[in-house]
Amino acid sequence: MPQLAWSHLSYLAVLGGCLLGTAPLEVLLRTGVYRRWLRLVLALTPGLVLGVAWDLYAVHAGQWTFDRRYVIGVSIAGLPIEEVLFFIVIPVCAVLTLEAVRRRRPGWLIGDEAGDSGTIRAELCPDDDS
Amino acid sequence: MLMLLGLAGAVSVDLLLLKTRLLLRKAFWVAYAILFGFQLLVNGILTGIPIVSYRASAVVGIRIGYAPVEDLGFGFALILLTLSCWVQLGRRERSAAR
Repeated sequence: MPQLAWSHLSYLAVLGGCLLGTAPLEVLLRTGVYRRWLRLVLALTPGLVLGVAWDLYAVHAGQWTFDRRYVIGVSIAGLPIEEVLFFIVIPVCAVLTLEAVRRRRPGWLIGDEAGDSGTIRAELCPDDDS
Repeated sequence: MLMLLGLAGAVSVDLLLLKTRLLLRKAFWVAYAILFGFQLLVNGILTGIPIVSYRASAVVGIRIGYAPVEDLGFGFALILLTLSCWVQLGRRERSAAR
């Protein structure tokens, strides 16, 4: 591994910033996204697989390049590991944002609510009564 | 163009395959508007530093901020696909709980 300078952490820092920036949604708005980790992992998988495949194609076709000065230098199938993590971090932020909107505007349905009765909301979010 | 294929795929998943119809829901568009703002910021950092560089001939050249329109299209597809799957899994959990 090449000698590591602070600059090599740039891309990782951007991704870390995304996770840190959205973490308050889970804590303050109690979005319950990380708590439902299995659902989260399953929801991320198609985007991760397709995203990495598309990215590999684009990199091998020379459509874009990553500057080695700003990545830690660990690659998966020729992609910097940061680029693979991108396809995990951004979707996590997306789910957190959607759930945050739901918490703020419960009347704006997203499609997984129970029928038209309000009773099941308590079932979906067991901590609602606190 | 590969980006249009990605967009068409994600739209098909949402409207036809899983029928989550997030594209017709206000909550989705509000969430996307928030994400879009941060996407421009993150893309600005990635291409401004530049951690990622695009070959000029590989993008059509339309940019919003620093972001090539291809990236924004793929971002939209990634977000829509993920959220559609998220909602579908929630539906399945609910029907399984009954």
